[in-house]
Amino acid sequence: MDVVVQLIDATVRVSVPLLLACLAGLYSERAGIFDIGLEGKMLAGAFAAGTVAALTGSAWIALFAAVGIAVALALVHGFASITNRGNQIVSGVAINFIAAGSTIILGQAWFSQGGRTPSVGGDARFGAIELPGAAALRDVPVLGPIYSEIISGQTLLAYFAFAMVPFTWWVLYRTRFGLRLRAVGENPAAVDTAGISVPWLRYRAVICTGILTGFAGTYLALSQNAGFVKDMTAGRGYIALAALIFAKWKPVPAMWACLLFGFLDAISIRYQGVAFPGIGRVPVQLMQALPYILTVILLAGFIGKAIPPRAGGVPYVKER
Amino acid sequence: MADAAIQLSGISKSFGPVRANRDIDLLVEKGTIHGIIGENGAGKSTLMSILYGFYQADSGEIRVNGKPIAILSPNDAIAAGIGMVHQHFMLVQNFTVLENVILGAEGEALLGKGIAKARSELKRLEREYGLDVGPDAVVEDLSVGLQQRVEILKALYRGADILILDEPTGVLTPAEADHLFRILGQLKAQGKTVVLITHKLREIMAITDNVSVMRQGTMVASRKTNATTVEELAELMVGRRVLLRVEKEEAQAAAPKLVVKNLTVRDSRGVTVVDDVSFEVRAGEIVGIAGVAGNGQSELLEAISGIRRAVNGTVLLDGEPIDVTGTVDPGALRDRGLAHVPEDRHHVGLVLAFDEAENSILGYHDKPQYLKGPFLDIPAIRADAREKIQKYDIRPANERLRTANFSGGNQQKVVLAREIEQDPGVLLVGQPTRGVDVGAIEFIHRRLVAMRDANKAVLLVSVELDEIRSLSDRILVMFAGRIVGERDGNATEGELGLLMAGVEKQEAAE
Repeated sequence: MDVVVQLIDATVRVSVPLLLACLAGLYSERAGIFDIGLEGKMLAGAFAAGTVAALTGSAWIALFAAVGIAVALALVHGFASITNRGNQIVSGVAINFIAAGSTIILGQAWFSQGGRTPSVGGDARFGAIELPGAAALRDVPVLGPIYSEIISGQTLLAYFAFAMVPFTWWVLYRTRFGLRLRAVGENPAAVDTAGISVPWLRYRAVICTGILTGFAGTYLALSQNAGFVKDMTAGRGYIALAALIFAKWKPVPAMWACLLFGFLDAISIRYQGVAFPGIGRVPVQLMQALPYILTVILLAGFIGKAIPPRAGGVPYVKER
Repeated sequence: MADAAIQLSGISKSFGPVRANRDIDLLVEKGTIHGIIGENGAGKSTLMSILYGFYQADSGEIRVNGKPIAILSPNDAIAAGIGMVHQHFMLVQNFTVLENVILGAEGEALLGKGIAKARSELKRLEREYGLDVGPDAVVEDLSVGLQQRVEILKALYRGADILILDEPTGVLTPAEADHLFRILGQLKAQGKTVVLITHKLREIMAITDNVSVMRQGTMVASRKTNATTVEELAELMVGRRVLLRVEKEEAQAAAPKLVVKNLTVRDSRGVTVVDDVSFEVRAGEIVGIAGVAGNGQSELLEAISGIRRAVNGTVLLDGEPIDVTGTVDPGALRDRGLAHVPEDRHHVGLVLAFDEAENSILGYHDKPQYLKGPFLDIPAIRADAREKIQKYDIRPANERLRTANFSGGNQQKVVLAREIEQDPGVLLVGQPTRGVDVGAIEFIHRRLVAMRDANKAVLLVSVELDEIRSLSDRILVMFAGRIVGERDGNATEGELGLLMAGVEKQEAAE
């Protein structure tokens, strides 16, 4: 029982940045802008959060900085792919490179710790929040551990991430903005002829993406860790994209997909170096590769036909 | 005189050096159906795009209901009561009808109220104009005819008093087109103004009150429809006399050249699209295959020409079998005298990035007359292309120009010249005049009849019933992959229309 609870708890923790990045990608891709630069925006956000937290000692100011940087990069992507109708993949990859390189250079130049930012603690981090009654309910069978270990004791950003799932669903399917967002990713010409500005709509979508990747980066730097470490996103932006495809660009399935990938990750962390009966010790590398191997298998065989937004990746050019 | 719903004066618009609209004047009376007719590239669509705010005119004035207004975006047009049904529907395929209708006119930021209001409003509109669609149907599941109604509903929901329809019947079956015309009649009866853009003269004569003719960016004439004739309009459109009805002698059909027996073809999803089809085409006749697009005609052509593998059946060319169920090589068929003018000239018939000369030998590029050792004989190819340009009156007369820059009619002539000039015994032709001007249609039709008179076998597939009827010596009608009837060239449109809709077949089944 303990093992299961711990495993689920770990799953939730590692899923949070994936979920934030995945929902971030959802806004952009539903509007028809492919964003392979989630990774870079998350990384830049994490760096900004680590730096500002170290300088100011305030996690909140750090969060603002992270969101600011990520939105700025998102706007660069928007400028390249919406205004200038550039190739969205090239622009996204460029952002990943810029983020990967500049975070290390700036980190080394400013802090001289091999690309890290100084470790922070206390108010400079988003720490765990104890929900009321967690301690009292701990001993209730089944529900007690679930409440006190899994639901309670997460960080504010984690609660935010999971709250974003129903919120995103509501935005997409119950608001005017959501209707237009879905429409512009399918047929921008229909939006244009309805008298709505396609660029403005798409810019708003990429800004949403920027905000959420900023949150994801902050979570990595100030909740999961105590500062920025170089390359700390470690491919999560790409896994988030995979989860997005797996979820067929829908918010609630996106949450389940991220939890699944998180679960695989949690297993690989927990069972590193553990000897299995009959198999013996499994090499660490294999355990670490497991989530990725399963990702490939899942994406290749188990999702059925994932139809991306029809106008995805195609710059909108008025023609006639 | 009735009030003017739309009054354009002195509208001009240039795209770079191209003057798409030159000093256009137009007056559309309120409560009428006004046709605008002209060849492709005459500037009809540009003019309507200016009216709908897609483009701004370089000069000129637009008055709607007597008031001069500036239309800078579709929003301004919508506010002025102008609605547009585009040639290519502006619908979101995976949205419901309701979602498509409210897009851009949702009301407030939350959808709840807007959707409830739209639902009742939609019911009223559907009732009032006979536009039954059903608000919760997903658009991609609807037939094109129904999708078009969604477009009309969209415009009406926005309170359009003036409805512009751009080539609305291009994608419709005859029955659907008739239904559309009834809807337009109903709109007119309710006091709406309809502007109908088309290049089909028959439609103009059938439902419009007034007609304006455009040619090469200018408005050449406006007429009362009942005071003009098809011949006069055609002449105004093209700028010279046009022969609308193909004149041909009685067919002198001889021995069968192409025999198709029990041909069955499945598409990539495994659905049977050509179902046990048998027929023959004899030397000296044109056999037309009529049918609503998507009933297997395309796949039939592809199977015979060797582009698509059939699952069953035999095809004989000059008595010799073609291995249609095996590894059939279109190149080898060409050598055996089977030429193919494919339906989709942009993707199959031409390489648009190639120049005219290169395109005019595609598929025949390994013939000795185009080769010098292992290399292409460029001067010979260009000379050959120039000859074809002259013979087929292809414009611009420059064999070094990329075919992407040619008009639809001229592109089609390039394909036709290439295939006919190889002197094939059998010619397969798919949609020969799709997107082609009236003048070029006349030319292409004459060429096809000339092929027949030269004792060749011609198999013609077209969704244009007029074309099938005027060219064919025998007409086969395809429905749901089967040939459901054969008629001679004098069959009436009504008779064929029923066959195309599968009516007879269903009655027989009951």
